[in-house]
Amino acid sequence: MRHIISLLMENEAGALSRVAGLFSARGYNIESLTVAPTEDPTMSRMTLVTTGSEDIVEQITKQLNKLVDIVKLADITEGEHIERELMLIKVMASNAEQREEVKRMTDIFRGRVIDVKDANFTIEITGDGNKLDAFIDALQHSDIIETVRSGTTGISRGAKCLHI
Amino acid sequence: MELSGAEIVVQFLKDEGVEHVFGYPGGAVLHIYDAIFRQDDVKHILTRHEQGATHAADGYARATGKPGVALVTSGPGATNAITGIATAYLDSVPLVVLSGQVPRAFIGSDAFQEVDMVGISRPCVKHNFLVKDVRELASTLKKAFYVASTGRPGPVVVDIPKDTTDPGVKIPYEYPKEISMRSYNPTVKGHPGQIKRALDLIVGARRPMLYTGGGVILSEASEELTEFTQTLGYPITNTLMGLGAYPGMDKQFVGMLGMHGTYEANMAMHECDVLVAIGARFDDRVTGDIKQFCPNARIIHIDIDPSSISKNVRVDIPIVGDIKQVLTDMLKELKGLKKKIDSKAIANWWQQIDKWRDTDCLRYDRNSALIKPQYVVEKLCEVTGGDAFVTSDVGQHQMFAAQFYKFNKPRRWINSGGLGTMGFGMPAALGVQVAYPDAPVACITGESSIQMCVQELGMALQYQLPIKVINLNNGYMGMVRQWQEFFYEKRYSQSVMEVNPDFVKLAEAYGHIGMRIDKPQDVEGALKEAFAMKDKLVFLDFVTDRGENVYPMIAAGKGQHEMHMSPEWELI
Ligand SMILES: Cc1cc2nc3c(=O)[nH]c(=O)nc-3n(C[C@H](O)[C@H](O)[C@H](O)COP(=O)(O)OP(=O)(O)OC[C@H]3O[C@@H](n4cnc5c(N)ncnc54)[C@H](O)[C@@H]3O)c2cc1C
Ligand SMILES: Cc1ncc(C[n+]2csc(CCOP(=O)(O)OP(=O)(O)O)c2C)c(N)n1
Ligand SMILES: [Mg+2]
Repeated sequence: MRHIISLLMENEAGALSRVAGLFSARGYNIESLTVAPTEDPTMSRMTLVTTGSEDIVEQITKQLNKLVDIVKLADITEGEHIERELMLIKVMASNAEQREEVKRMTDIFRGRVIDVKDANFTIEITGDGNKLDAFIDALQHSDIIETVRSGTTGISRGAKCLHI
Repeated sequence: MELSGAEIVVQFLKDEGVEHVFGYPGGAVLHIYDAIFRQDDVKHILTRHEQGATHAADGYARATGKPGVALVTSGPGATNAITGIATAYLDSVPLVVLSGQVPRAFIGSDAFQEVDMVGISRPCVKHNFLVKDVRELASTLKKAFYVASTGRPGPVVVDIPKDTTDPGVKIPYEYPKEISMRSYNPTVKGHPGQIKRALDLIVGARRPMLYTGGGVILSEASEELTEFTQTLGYPITNTLMGLGAYPGMDKQFVGMLGMHGTYEANMAMHECDVLVAIGARFDDRVTGDIKQFCPNARIIHIDIDPSSISKNVRVDIPIVGDIKQVLTDMLKELKGLKKKIDSKAIANWWQQIDKWRDTDCLRYDRNSALIKPQYVVEKLCEVTGGDAFVTSDVGQHQMFAAQFYKFNKPRRWINSGGLGTMGFGMPAALGVQVAYPDAPVACITGESSIQMCVQELGMALQYQLPIKVINLNNGYMGMVRQWQEFFYEKRYSQSVMEVNPDFVKLAEAYGHIGMRIDKPQDVEGALKEAFAMKDKLVFLDFVTDRGENVYPMIAAGKGQHEMHMSPEWELI
């Protein structure tokens, strides 16, 4: 099963490597990991996507909780939640036909063209991972030059929240 | 008070109540060593190797319950400390290791004697810190002691760049009495609902078993455990780490469990219907094949570390909390309980256990013309009245020590269980002796293990630490040889250890007393003579039966009930 684990951690040098080190040392899967400071500059929020049996994910959350730098943690996949990922994708767009095709797909997927050059477009698109995958599939007839994805971030719906 | 960083380190240790620091100097910690020189409150014990320093601090901590402190320089000093740190980590020992680091401006430049200590130690510490500013030094040290000694204890490294200890930079210092960390709050009190559910199960059990480990000792909960066990009248087994938490001579104690545990303990585990695990972590040396572990039991697990619970074995009733607190609550609750123990079922259960006991699984040849290692340990127990501090190294001698010394008090048995570090025994014993200068301290070791940290005979002489080294010299890495005998058709690949120093002369060269004993009839006399020399380290080199094996044995990956009593795999 795929789980999205959100954590609040001390904004300390080394905190990130403790988390990454835990996953490699214990052989846990890590699909993606994103981290950035929060509105409270002493804390960072990390979102981890991992897969494993219920037992393994239980161990993962316990081991993460045990890290001294981790302030709080929640498995947001346990309840209703929203997940989003940002992708920037650069595709060949040198003739009118290509440009038209790419623009059309971008509109369908509610993306935005954010950079236009003679030979290529750069598109910004957000959504869950499946949507981004689908967009890449849809562009398969165009030439993709480069993609970059932020990794999944997420938040619980409604009153549920992760704060201290 | 205005102090330099180096002075802050020393003053802080004093304020924290630290009396002894085990260490070894070097460039990056010279400012600190200078501050040590200029005072008398914190005593520095100079070891002969940084591994010795960490093990000695570890032994000190295990014997006293207070965090042990080691001080090492950067680079090679720091890497030499790693084995000792990992040893403490796997056995949950509170240790604070202060390592020097190159000046901040040099970090990351492959400077002289620079290693990334925070990075190298990360996987084997409870937590670590790099001091980035002298103004953070005191609070960081406070956090280090707090984290090391609370919750599930463990080693904490504080890496101190040389320039943060600069004697030319003085700042105001005040001892930080209190510390709170929003990201670190161990659970102490067990959930009352869980405690009720657990007691209901415990009291209703027909074939109950108490399986207790090192956590009881770490929690200082021996008294509560003893009262709990005796109130219930149930059988109890200890892990290798838990020995002494419950009196080893009491009739309810069925011996150690696990790979080299007793038949009765392992069979009772296998057949029990309710298992109460207390401060034990279901190590593979205990469970054997997980699929066959306690097949009929409902399991209750009390542990302060949620990640210990349901890690290897799924449990039915977890209780997260400090054992001392949880057992106190349970005892209170137990007294008011209406439900009564089924005494008939328990009597039948004891009958069954006594039958298992009758197999006398720890028997050995008492008429042998050779010295049997078991015999030496038995005599050691007698001569010391079962009340010595006993440390050990790793191997067959460690198992014989665990099986044949009857520990009646906690913190008396000190060994490396989790990492199994050869070389641990002697420096640990010296650490214990530093803590308790007048207590009898024995280190049970083997001719191979002792050679891994033998240089600490120098530390013993310098500080007049009169430990007794009990060398069970079988001329083999006996534990390795045993596996090769059983599983590799007696191909003793690199496990023969016949080329040894003359241990008597070696002891003498270091200014100690050495004795060689090669006849069974001399064992007791030699031990008595050695322990009578209260102010001398005596190295007793017992020439033991080379072919002796440790029984019972459960082969790795086998079920708890598949115990063997001979290399031909004669089942009990
Ligand atoms: C050669 C060799 C052979 C061995 N053979 C055996 C064997 O036959 N049998 C055997 O038992 N072991 C054996 N071992 C040791 C084994 O490897 C483990 O080290 C040992 O079994 C672990 O003991 P434990 O379960 O008591 O856990 P410990 O390592 O002592 O862990 C303590 C547990 O208690 C918890 N705890 C700590 N403090 C508290 C507190 N205040 N409140 C609540 N909980 C707390 C911790 O979270 C942890 O889960 C052997 C080792 C070697 C080297
Ligand atoms: C540092 C280290 N290296 C290797 C081992 C593997 N090992 C475990 S027991 C053992 C043999 C120990 O021999 P000795 O000290 O003579 O004890 P004996 O088993 O003969 O009693 C070895 C090599 C270890 N535990 N630790
Ligand atoms: Mg040997």
